[in-house]
Amino acid sequence: MPNQSAIFTILLIIALVLGGTWVGQNVNLLPLDASTNASVYDELFKVLFSIGTILFVGMVALVVYSLIRFRRKSGDLGDGIAIEENLPLEIFWTAVPTIVILFVGLYSYDIYDRMGGMQALPQGGHNHQSMINDQKIWGGIGSGSIESPSTNSIGILPIEVTALQFAFLFHYPQGDIITGELHVPVDHPISLKLESKDVIHAFWVPEFRIKQDVIPGQPTILNFTPTKPGRYPIICAELCGPYHGGMRSTVVVETAESYQEWFQNNAKITETIS
Amino acid sequence: MTISIPPQESNQPSSLQPKGWLRYFSFSLDHKVIGIQYLVCGFFFYLIGGALASAIRIELTSPLSDFMARDVYNQVLTLHGTIMIFLWIVPVVNGAFGNYLIPFYVGARDMAFPRLNAVAFWLIPPAGLLLIGSYFINGAAQSGWTAYPPLSITTPAAGQLIWIISVLLLGGSSIFGGINFIATILKLRRPGLKLMQLPMFCWAMLGTSILVVLSTPVLAGTLVLLSFDIVAHTGFFNPALGGNVVVYQHLFWFYSHPAVYIMVLPAFGLVSEILPVHSRKPLFGYTTMVYSIMAIVVLGFLVWAHHMFTSGTPPWMRLFFTIATSFIAVPTGIKFFNWVATLWGGRISLNSAVLFSCGFIVNFVFGGITGVALAQVPFDIHVHDTYFVVAHFHYIVYGGSVFVIFSSIYHWYPKFTGRMLSENLGRFHFILTFIGFNLCFAPQHWLGLNGMPRRVAEYDPQFELVNQISSVGALIMALSTLPFLWNVIQSAFNGNIAGDNPWRALTPEWLTSSPPPVENWKGPAPLVTKPYGYGVNIGSKSNLSTSKSELEEEKQ
Repeated sequence: MPNQSAIFTILLIIALVLGGTWVGQNVNLLPLDASTNASVYDELFKVLFSIGTILFVGMVALVVYSLIRFRRKSGDLGDGIAIEENLPLEIFWTAVPTIVILFVGLYSYDIYDRMGGMQALPQGGHNHQSMINDQKIWGGIGSGSIESPSTNSIGILPIEVTALQFAFLFHYPQGDIITGELHVPVDHPISLKLESKDVIHAFWVPEFRIKQDVIPGQPTILNFTPTKPGRYPIICAELCGPYHGGMRSTVVVETAESYQEWFQNNAKITETIS
Repeated sequence: MTISIPPQESNQPSSLQPKGWLRYFSFSLDHKVIGIQYLVCGFFFYLIGGALASAIRIELTSPLSDFMARDVYNQVLTLHGTIMIFLWIVPVVNGAFGNYLIPFYVGARDMAFPRLNAVAFWLIPPAGLLLIGSYFINGAAQSGWTAYPPLSITTPAAGQLIWIISVLLLGGSSIFGGINFIATILKLRRPGLKLMQLPMFCWAMLGTSILVVLSTPVLAGTLVLLSFDIVAHTGFFNPALGGNVVVYQHLFWFYSHPAVYIMVLPAFGLVSEILPVHSRKPLFGYTTMVYSIMAIVVLGFLVWAHHMFTSGTPPWMRLFFTIATSFIAVPTGIKFFNWVATLWGGRISLNSAVLFSCGFIVNFVFGGITGVALAQVPFDIHVHDTYFVVAHFHYIVYGGSVFVIFSSIYHWYPKFTGRMLSENLGRFHFILTFIGFNLCFAPQHWLGLNGMPRRVAEYDPQFELVNQISSVGALIMALSTLPFLWNVIQSAFNGNIAGDNPWRALTPEWLTSSPPPVENWKGPAPLVTKPYGYGVNIGSKSNLSTSKSELEEEKQ
């Protein structure tokens, strides 16, 4: 009989692992993935969601099972069994979370690296002189994700972003365009240089899975490559005052042709387009 | 060296203290009176904080900012956070239960410094009234409970300054309490009682008090510098004057992350007291439990920058804080398994105290799992400062600490008052709270993942339905307070008489009358070396008789 219950327990655990993995891989809780960063992020999310589902369901099942199985019958004033410790068991349940944590840590490091988090900060096509003068410049996550930035900076579209209470302003140095709506060509690496005029804001595009605080006195680079045409919200994610909830803009990801058309219609200096 | 205070010779001028209910409004030096003062005062502020939360949820039932003015909304969310943390959870899990129980557990007749203890409590009402009063003087602070500069420097100064003064007073109260607990636990133990024989709550309070004493002064210093920036136009954190706002964030979170453990470690301790009693089993893995508490204390100091992953911190720093934060899951996981092992094979009474404790375990597991996910830099970048984070920390501080506060009230109310609470109302309270809480906060994870930032009065209309579901959950939470209030008020007059030890528990607070006399025991303090000596294999049928015979020996 103990064999039977052991087999039953093992079958339950297998079902839990398979079910949790299926839920993690198939239940989509995220918005559209519209940048190179987003698809990498979603891989991590699916793995964490799978592990989380398995652990949560398993642990809650343990608690609920104990409560039902070992509930006191009415009138029973006896005690339970006096077990105070069990070293092998305690080593086992110290080891399990440690292994899970190590796996999650290593995997998320790999994801972080693929997002470009560990690479040196590329210039992203911004004015070299101003970069050199500004010693304090920082890189947001994803900043390194653009391939070989130093050799191929012509391909990167630099845009300067100014955050202020309660709006984002976008300045295209090529063409000297100032706009309140960010237009970018699809599949083209973009480099934002973020600056704040007053308080801390944050630049967040949920569909790109990127967020960067815009800190006054601290210019910051944030790079990304959009992959799907469409209109996505730009949201300020750091409390910045009474109209914080209204501090939103839009990023329009469009095909190369329609981006060129928009650019031509708005550019003050047309000759710099390459 | 331990100091034992003999009976009838205490530092308590009991003849000067008012008797009856009036002593709860006096500068009483009795740790039990002070504990109740903390508890009732904290609950009063919980109702105010809850009313503010309801106002937030009403505003968020529609995508437009239409219920209150935008700056009032920011004041409300700032007050809600500050009140719930500094006036409800921290004072109640530390001040209320710590004061009431710790002297019993170490076999002392009072805390080490009774006057300091009373001062620590009496700092709280003025600080709270100051904070709430600031709303009526030109508006309360509106930069969130984090008070990040430059927003906190540029918003109206009066409210922000009163907020700083209030938090400084509450921090002072917290430090006084922490010093008192450390001194009481380490120096006031009854002779013959070893550290490793103390009930687990003592270890939790020792760990918490170390966190309080080491980290709160950092917050105090930071807020003083912030007040200089506001009043004297210095430039510590003002970028316009060459200051650095990120330095503020480091200093702030150096306190405010440990603050999470200050709210949750005592809750761990309380659950470790409640579960063995009602499952009639020893606390499983006492030694590993002690080490995991201390591991959480050490790790708790090394994780603060995970609140700043989007602030432009360098890559190596992000990695370090990811790893340190993730590893907190290991000692926390050990505690979870120890609690389950305590339940396993027991004779569990499914009463309100156990239901709230197990509700805590379930909620805390959920919050812990989202916490490990949030510790991962690439995951956090997307959801930082969104409703995902709001949901996560409410699972920790409400689903965790507040559930344990309710569980503890159901467990210790008979000791506090000498009367039992109604179990039916208690179970009804649990069901309403558990459903309301999960309905309110679980959907917020989805909101955060899909693009709703925190601290907003207006949002994308696509989130309207889910926000309304969340608000219904909040309404149920608010209603769940009613059966609880009715229960505690009417049971105080009409509840069944509890007797000294209705739960047949072994810890020392049950080895005296309910409510206990001044100085805790009529005779000498009992020596309880096995506070969890339940279980059928330890010789005699009832262990209560063993500890009673020990008591007899002491008397002779």
